[in-house]
Amino acid sequence: MSLTFTLDGKTIPFVDGETIIQAAGKAGVFIPHLCYHPEFKPHGSCKLCTVKVNGRHTASCTMRAMPGMVVESDTEEINAERRALTQMLFVEGNHFCPSCEKSGNCQLQATAYHLGMMSPHYDHFFPNRPVDATHPDVLLDFNRCILCSLCVRASRDVDGKNVFALSGRGIKTHLIVNAKSGKLGDTNFALADKAAQVCPVGVILKKRQGFAVPIGERKYDKAPISEAVTEGK
Amino acid sequence: MTYQLETAQHPETLRRVAIDPVSRVEGHGKVTILLDDQNKVHQVRLHIVEFRGFEKFIQGRPYWEVPVMVQRLCGICPVSHHLAASKALDVIVGAKKLTPAAEKLRRLMHYGQMLQSHALHFFHLCSPDLLFGFDSDVTQRNIVGVAMAHPETAKRGVLLRKFGQEVIRVTAGKRVHGTGAVPGGVNKSLTIAERDELLKDIYHIVQWSREAVKLIQKVHTQDPGLYNSFGIFRSNFMSLVGHNGDLDFYHGTLRARDDNGKLIFDHLDYQNYDQVIEEEVRPWSYMKFPFIRSIGKEHGWYKVGPLARVQNCNQISTPFAEHERKEFVDYAGGTPMHAPLAYHWTRMIEMLHAAEVIKELLHDDDLLSSDLMVEGERQMEGVGVIEAPRGTLFHHYQVDENDVITMANLIVSTTNNNQAMNEAIRHVARRYLHGREITEGLLNHIEVAIRAFDPCLSCATHALGKMPLEVELVDAEGGLVHSLSRS
Repeated sequence: MSLTFTLDGKTIPFVDGETIIQAAGKAGVFIPHLCYHPEFKPHGSCKLCTVKVNGRHTASCTMRAMPGMVVESDTEEINAERRALTQMLFVEGNHFCPSCEKSGNCQLQATAYHLGMMSPHYDHFFPNRPVDATHPDVLLDFNRCILCSLCVRASRDVDGKNVFALSGRGIKTHLIVNAKSGKLGDTNFALADKAAQVCPVGVILKKRQGFAVPIGERKYDKAPISEAVTEGK
Repeated sequence: MTYQLETAQHPETLRRVAIDPVSRVEGHGKVTILLDDQNKVHQVRLHIVEFRGFEKFIQGRPYWEVPVMVQRLCGICPVSHHLAASKALDVIVGAKKLTPAAEKLRRLMHYGQMLQSHALHFFHLCSPDLLFGFDSDVTQRNIVGVAMAHPETAKRGVLLRKFGQEVIRVTAGKRVHGTGAVPGGVNKSLTIAERDELLKDIYHIVQWSREAVKLIQKVHTQDPGLYNSFGIFRSNFMSLVGHNGDLDFYHGTLRARDDNGKLIFDHLDYQNYDQVIEEEVRPWSYMKFPFIRSIGKEHGWYKVGPLARVQNCNQISTPFAEHERKEFVDYAGGTPMHAPLAYHWTRMIEMLHAAEVIKELLHDDDLLSSDLMVEGERQMEGVGVIEAPRGTLFHHYQVDENDVITMANLIVSTTNNNQAMNEAIRHVARRYLHGREITEGLLNHIEVAIRAFDPCLSCATHALGKMPLEVELVDAEGGLVHSLSRS
């Protein structure tokens, strides 16, 4: 007998060991997320994928699906919470979409559109975060980091290089580069690394290439994130 | 350096009238006038009241972001900044010569912008003054009044601008703040459908532009006493000129003439602009005062924009606009025309030229090509210059070995006209305000002189929204004597 749970009233099948977001993705149901990526172990930090399971809040990327669960996701209450989390991400960093190369391909921007975020709502922090342009092929723009740790996981688990880490605690948490100088140019990071491909925002960018894809042909110009992201990717 | 009416000797004894903000211009500026007890004018200044920070805050950013970032200086002619920056960065990426398709697509984008900006300025901002009179009923002196009294004229203004915006959209991806130009080329060509959509309308766009020239020519020549002398001052003038000295808005070399039309310099590679142009800072304005080095601060200032360009070039490459240029030159009598209100006439000649160039380009299959990018040997420094709707625009960048901007210098069109606009309003203040009771209509004369230059104060201020006008006449003790406002 197949295992199922309900998500916003819809019956979702799953196999033992799958998380809620994995099962939802396979069933074609989008749950907003930023730090989750199907190729990596869940991190459970961004909280965008928070759902209510039997009335209690939990991260759907870390909670295993169980038979008979009643899961709520696309509700006004939960989406308002997701929107507030997204607004906080926008004000904590310096996210100037108009001149960002990632605009139109950015998961944070697309998620904000999906959630109907019309303004940042909170006061901007405007942190001072100089870019790291020391690497010959890759630019690091820390202004846009949302601390999803995907580059950390990719560099450690796939590339075997441990180039990145999150340092500090609480609001002072920030992305660092594992080099004595702290500079990417002093690591063995390469453009072909998995870690160079996974950033959901515009932190890790190929150098000397900007706005090569015209407006109208970028990923989220073609379809909103709820349709563009399948199986949780 | 002292200029007549720039600085009063005893300002503490004088009354101050402020036009704050100046209305029906792009952006946010104000005029202050100091008067004595007999309403005699002692000081007149055009102020740009906010500080521009772009030159500073793009330092530390990667160079490929710059064309998209700096265009946010303005929502009126962002294409100018987008292309001037792209041209400077072409130099930095070693793209000495763009592909024919890239060059033509950028040119199409730019001429679309010239068309929409000139149409906006003439029909929306200035036609109320020109059609109704400078001190006509203030409730009618606006675009709504024009739409009521001259519906066909107002409609054409709207549609001309709309067409220009569509040209920008298909080349840059968006009507405002697109991404079409990238260092070394462009990111898209036209589809056949996009081209054909524009071709459907271009013929009547050219025709309407021809009629717009005739409209302003008629207005100007019917009242030569006013139009040839209002706000007049003599100055040098400067612009890019293209191949063979043609009028060219996109590319060329720098040429400057003195007030009699004699060449000061010509065929100057704009990479060396800083050898001939210097900027002066004055304590009362955030906008600098550029001047030609060889002549010096006092007499080296100049004007830019349509009146300079149309008189600086040898000829215009398109037939209708060239015909109109000759008529204008004949009217001027073989010597340079310096009357600020002649800006309107030359602006419409330029709009016609833009429409004709767009028509030619739309018949060029290079616009459909996929050969869009070139690159070459990386350089550390580049200058891009373009003729923006309001005049010559300079972008100058230095980039370090890590591809990050270390220096930026922008001389925007309106800055080039800074002294010229101040001279024009001082002339108007002397002629119309001196010794008279200040009225809204008289103050509008000051604004008419400013509007002739089509200043884009946004480049300096980033201001948004509609521009209410409030004028207060304050006596020497600071008491309010008289107040006028409009919202």
